[in-house]
Amino acid sequence: MVPVSYYLALAAILFALGALGVLIRRNAIIIFMSIELMLNAANLLFVAFARSFESLDGQIYVFFVIAVAAAEVAVGLALIVTIFRTKHSIDIDELSSMKG
Amino acid sequence: MNYFDLVPWIVFLPVLGLLLNILIGKRLGERGSSLVAFLASGGAFVVSVLQWLSLSAHPEAHIVKFAEWINIGALQVPWAFRVDTLSVTMMLVVSGVGTLIHIYAAGYMHYDVRYKGDPAAYQRFFIYLNLFIAAMMILVSGDSYLMLFVGWEGVGLCSFLLIGFWFNKNPDGSSGMENSNAAKKAFIANRVGDLGLLLAMFAIFTLMGSLSFDTVFARAEFINPSYILAITLFMLIGVAGKSAQLPLYVWLPDAMAGPTPVSALIHAATMVTAGVYLVARSAPLYSLAPAAQTTVAVVGALTALFAATIAVGQNDIKKVLAYSTISQLGFMVAAVGLGAFVAGMFHLVTHAFFKALLFLGSGSVILALERAHHPIDGDHEQHHEEPKKGHAFDPQDMRIMGGLRKVIPTTYRVYLIGALALAGLPPLAGFFSKDEILTDALHANPLVYALLTAAAFLTAFYMGRQVLLVFFGEPRSHAAEEAVESPPIMTWPLIVLAGLSILGGLINFPGLHGLTNWLEHTLGHEFAHATEFNLTVALTSTLLALLAIYLAWTLYGREPLKAKAADPLAKRLGSLFTALQNKWWVDEFYGWLIIRPYQRFAAFLADVVDWRFWHDWVHDSLIARGFRGLAVFLANPVDLGVIDGLANGLATGARGLASSLSILQTGYVRNYALMVFFGVVSMLAYLIFFS
Amino acid sequence: MTADLILFFGLAAVAIGAALGMLLSKNAVYSALFLILNFATVAVFFLLLGAPFIAMAQVAVYAGAIMVLFLFVIMLLGAEQLLTSHKSGWQRPIAILLTLVLLVESIYLIFGRGRLLSQVAPVASDYASPEAIGELLFSRYLLPFEVTSILLLVAMVGVIVLIKKPKANN
Repeated sequence: MVPVSYYLALAAILFALGALGVLIRRNAIIIFMSIELMLNAANLLFVAFARSFESLDGQIYVFFVIAVAAAEVAVGLALIVTIFRTKHSIDIDELSSMKG
Repeated sequence: MNYFDLVPWIVFLPVLGLLLNILIGKRLGERGSSLVAFLASGGAFVVSVLQWLSLSAHPEAHIVKFAEWINIGALQVPWAFRVDTLSVTMMLVVSGVGTLIHIYAAGYMHYDVRYKGDPAAYQRFFIYLNLFIAAMMILVSGDSYLMLFVGWEGVGLCSFLLIGFWFNKNPDGSSGMENSNAAKKAFIANRVGDLGLLLAMFAIFTLMGSLSFDTVFARAEFINPSYILAITLFMLIGVAGKSAQLPLYVWLPDAMAGPTPVSALIHAATMVTAGVYLVARSAPLYSLAPAAQTTVAVVGALTALFAATIAVGQNDIKKVLAYSTISQLGFMVAAVGLGAFVAGMFHLVTHAFFKALLFLGSGSVILALERAHHPIDGDHEQHHEEPKKGHAFDPQDMRIMGGLRKVIPTTYRVYLIGALALAGLPPLAGFFSKDEILTDALHANPLVYALLTAAAFLTAFYMGRQVLLVFFGEPRSHAAEEAVESPPIMTWPLIVLAGLSILGGLINFPGLHGLTNWLEHTLGHEFAHATEFNLTVALTSTLLALLAIYLAWTLYGREPLKAKAADPLAKRLGSLFTALQNKWWVDEFYGWLIIRPYQRFAAFLADVVDWRFWHDWVHDSLIARGFRGLAVFLANPVDLGVIDGLANGLATGARGLASSLSILQTGYVRNYALMVFFGVVSMLAYLIFFS
Repeated sequence: MTADLILFFGLAAVAIGAALGMLLSKNAVYSALFLILNFATVAVFFLLLGAPFIAMAQVAVYAGAIMVLFLFVIMLLGAEQLLTSHKSGWQRPIAILLTLVLLVESIYLIFGRGRLLSQVAPVASDYASPEAIGELLFSRYLLPFEVTSILLLVAMVGVIVLIKKPKANN
């Protein structure tokens, strides 16, 4: 049996990669995908802990996270489409009209 | 059956009367408003009689609590009425004599307001009179020193208002300030006395924790006697103020500026006896302080003699009576000072009868002359001419009278009765009461006896002089020839009072001791012992009185005074008579001792301290200039420099900080994400390293 | 080394590799495909951890529906690639550095602190069966479940409102 800590380490690595993606990529869609990766890493943690504590609650949370993620993706992609329509670009660095 | 619960009406009936006269007095007219005032006072008398009847059946003291008044911590003073034999005696005198004077005043003021040219003042007079009755009733019925003090101040106020009744005139009727000055003099002299009474009350409350009579007397014997001495001496100052004793008596002669019924009611029969009542009421306190008793007795005796000497030299009919009143008050004060409380109260009662009679009689004489001088008939209005000062016709001057016994016989007869009663001839009231005082004085203090006997001799002399000057001989002026007898409304009260002056001695007739037994219920046997009749004393004083009257007759009767002639006494006594006429220059002495230094001090304060030092120097130089300098300093360096600099600096700093911080807001979402990420990493590091 | 560990490390290498591929691909379509691979491996991990229901949901919802949606949008917008930009060049090294720090911290927390969660007891045969999950969902978690349905409905309405063109432009 694989120790649960290994799963935790794997989840941490995936999360860090997702965060790195958010920080270094300019393409809004890829940033979005990185966010999904981070969510997924969190899911992995939930399931690992659920296994560790022999409780089903963690899995239920994952179920809800997946549902919320689906809704989020739908809205997020709609936003990207709308932005593309006005700016004709999905480069996140083009969007700086909120500069103080 | 008893009527103790009715006792608050002795105060509220007069109050009701004065309220009625205030509200609808003008519409009631003279008859209506005087009737209202008479009914109010008479009602109080009826209630007092009911108290007397109730008390005859149950002679112990009754306390009727009417209302809560002061209730602060240890200071508990309810408005309670005390009905005992002492207070009821006072109630009967105040309301009885007061009611008779109300009747008299209804006639007298009818003329007086017309001679003074202000008929509208008629109602005002009766309002004050009822107010006085109410205040005096509060004084005598109060169950605590504080309630007594309320009445004490109330009658002082009424005295002030009534002395200054014609406040824009001089006593001779011309325009001026002398009447109101007399009122102020009375008020201020009374304040000096009231201060003493206040100090006594403070001390009583501090030492005994209560102001209620019963509590105070019960606790008094446990107090250090030297404190009691201080309390009683402070009280003596109050007595000297209110009852016109040395050295505060100076206000009473001037108080004759008030209308004559006022002089009779307030300044002879009732208010001025409040001091005597106070000492009698405080008998348990005084009995604990023999030194204070002696002081009181000596002060009273000295006053009796001193005032009697001055009365000899007066020419004003009311001034003679005023000094006589001071002298007789001295008798009473001396009596209560000696511990002869019953004798003092007895003389208080009889004196109320015959002195009210004498004052009202003198008012009748004055009015008779006034009406002869410028007749007005009935209610017919006459144009009032204001007399000039110094040239006015003075109807009070005995030198323009003479021979009045033929023209105003009723007044003459009652006046003679009053004068003989005052002179102390048997069997009139004054003989018994004065004799009792003298007997007690002989037993207690021979010095006081000597002083009082001398005063009694002088009393008979000046009364003889007055009667001879006024009623005998030949008329010395046109007005005296044609004097008009007063109407029945004035003479009937005089006749009643004359009857009381004759029969008043029965109250405490030797051997019967009615008043002694009556007051014993309140004062206790210790303070209300019966005085046995002393034939030696009685014979001595009677013979002295007869001698004095004979002396007066030799001077004034055998050879009647001619008009504009000098007083025969002046030839015999020389400069001494001048001194008497000028009242021993006491007023001048007080002026030199107190008033002139006071005025100089006031002038110094006003001119030097207030104006030059305070206004010119402190205000202008110190405060104004200093303030201006401070203002300039505050405006320029402080406000413009420090405060504005601070505010502007803060603004500039905030703007700089904001613009430097706004660099962070790039508008790039990824930058923000980086910052958030940095925050997360830092927090994690913090948690790792510090927890 | 047991078979379990070999399987784990192998799959872990695939997952990390797929994540890096997603991160580094220039073309967005490739990124999406790498992400699908990553999700699939994570689904296998779920199975290994005894969560068959979640694994199926992962495959169906994530790898299936969501990623298809991504691909669809990429194609729709024609935004496979972006022109290189000179902007925020300084952010990349800082981001990499911070990520490394985060990794170090995480590893330290997982292995350096606390006990190693190695001993995993065997579980009952019906652990995390769809029946058990369903029973829990419809009993204790009924309210959140219903709220989730409302959330999805709101998201649907929101998307329609966002995408719909203003009438003035028609």
